[in-house]
Amino acid sequence: MSAVTDQFAAPSAPVRKTPKGTFDLVFRNASFLAALFVLVLLAGIMASMVIGGWPAFREFGFGFLTSSVWDTQNEQYGAWPAIVGTLSTALIALVVGVPLSLGIAVFLTQLAPPWFKQPVSTAIELLAAVPSIIYGMWGLFVFAPLFAAYVQIPLSNIVEGMPIIGTVLYSRSPSGLGILTAGIILAFMIIPFIASITRDMLDQIPSVLRESAYGIGATTWEVVRHVLVPQAGVSIIGAIMLGLGRALGETMAVTFVVGNANRLSASVMDPGSTIASRIANEFNEALGLQLNSLIALGCILFFVTFVVLVIARILVSRVKRY
Amino acid sequence: MRKLLILAAAAVGLSGVAQAADITGAGATFPFPIYSKWAEAYKKETNIGLNYQSIGSGGGIRQIKAKTVAFGATDAPLKGEELTKDGLIQFPTVMGGVVPAINIAGVEPGKLKLSGDLIAEIYLGNIKKWNDPKIVALNGDLKLPDANINPVYRSDGSGTTFVFTDYLSKVSPDWKSKIGTNTAVQWPVGIGGKGNEGVSASVKQVANSIGYVEYAYAKQNKLAHALVKNADGNFPAPDDKAFQAAAANANWNEAPGFGISLNNQKGAQAWPITSATFLLVHAKPEKPEEVQAALKFVDWAYKSGDQLALDLDYVPLPANVKDQVRNAWKGVTDPAGKPIF
Repeated sequence: MSAVTDQFAAPSAPVRKTPKGTFDLVFRNASFLAALFVLVLLAGIMASMVIGGWPAFREFGFGFLTSSVWDTQNEQYGAWPAIVGTLSTALIALVVGVPLSLGIAVFLTQLAPPWFKQPVSTAIELLAAVPSIIYGMWGLFVFAPLFAAYVQIPLSNIVEGMPIIGTVLYSRSPSGLGILTAGIILAFMIIPFIASITRDMLDQIPSVLRESAYGIGATTWEVVRHVLVPQAGVSIIGAIMLGLGRALGETMAVTFVVGNANRLSASVMDPGSTIASRIANEFNEALGLQLNSLIALGCILFFVTFVVLVIARILVSRVKRY
Repeated sequence: MRKLLILAAAAVGLSGVAQAADITGAGATFPFPIYSKWAEAYKKETNIGLNYQSIGSGGGIRQIKAKTVAFGATDAPLKGEELTKDGLIQFPTVMGGVVPAINIAGVEPGKLKLSGDLIAEIYLGNIKKWNDPKIVALNGDLKLPDANINPVYRSDGSGTTFVFTDYLSKVSPDWKSKIGTNTAVQWPVGIGGKGNEGVSASVKQVANSIGYVEYAYAKQNKLAHALVKNADGNFPAPDDKAFQAAAANANWNEAPGFGISLNNQKGAQAWPITSATFLLVHAKPEKPEEVQAALKFVDWAYKSGDQLALDLDYVPLPANVKDQVRNAWKGVTDPAGKPIF
């Protein structure tokens, strides 16, 4: 104790004890174990998924991935509609959410007047803290009815009978619930992640870079396009991937608004389901092969997420090269 | 290591003694409100508590098979061979009805008349509009809109869906061959809501929709309901009398473990979509005293719980059925083969 006080009393003292080797060693091993823990945990999850889902994979083989039948009565299970639902809701979430997030981030760091910046930043962080079930309830009780009344029904009336558009955008039951609604709700949910990470990254870009660009006569747009985005590119992709990860795995909110139909539809307005929503719906009552099939679905989701992360890694390494 | 295990076992044993008074059960969500109400009153009288986990019928069946609870609860009764295989005894505790909830502008609650096969055709997607001639034929005096019907179903596996699809299978051969009966089925059209609350939220919000919910739930949430034609061709109002009428005409001994369907029973006043909910116990339990406590609880509920059930819009079993159940409990024995009830 006294040594510590002495040190504080005389911070400029040149005496410095050589660090003890044992602490270093303990620290090193402890952090190594902590890192190892992640790998063991992941392997454990993967193993339990594969073992639990194995009877389904064995029973249906490759057909489990491609079949659209989900029939608990005759014990026939196929994952295709859920896979399509998962990917399409996540894609819609990105298409809607990414431009909004980047817009928010650029506005906050480059354009916003100071009095406006703080409330919006706080609001974004609050959005990230809202539990997903609240998004689901808001989506079901507030968003879906408005969406049905002001978008789905008028749109369905316009496009009915048109080729292609009439199929993709027509809604047979205009309930406001469906793949598109789920995608939009997911977009709202991933905006805070992407926006706040991107904002932090843009904030960290040395202002000398911006100032020199302005110095040679660049406009704000040119600064954003040619200085900020390339500088923060890797981090932005990282942020988008984080958002995509959440969109792929989101369960409760999607279960509320996706319409929960175990069938494939050509229309984005129609109800569908995602892997996570189907597990949430059926896990409680599932027995035997149905339970195995649900775990197998979880295994597929695990795999899909893994592939997405690998793609993200490849993208990041490409961007780094420039 | 061995010592540690013994110690752990002793600790578990001790804590078991400390809470020996609590009965453990798990399963169906539909009877959860009445089971907790009964448990509350029972605890006041006897100081014995009930620890009931409403994890769904499938979970209840799994847990009783794994012997982790004294009783399992299910809305979908097990078949005879399954009961024998796992050495289980099954009996009903309380009944309830399922009603079609509707949301059609200008149609008042209890005015729309439907028959079982019309409902089946709606859920099959064959009848698409509310002003379909077949619906109009039953409802000559109602003004029905020229609008698409939005069918709503339970997306989670549920006893309610089992009861509803069992009813549709009984009245529509088409439904039976294409979809069948289960706690979750492959719905050809419509949107799914999670839980009673998900279905009723969808029905309330989506114009021109039809869904199905537990009667107790529909009543408490003031959902508009439709009338359904029963086996005698009448359209009774769904209430406790109509559910009791369905139970009164049923032959409870027809299926092992009382696992009969109360759907589409004869009787002028019988509500056509009615069901009991069931408990499962082991016939030769490893811990007979736990099962004994559970049976005593049910016996108490049969004797003193009827009014509580009616308050919550459940329907008590007819007295003769209760006696038959008590008779069936003679099959529950301790390891020595002595009946424990």
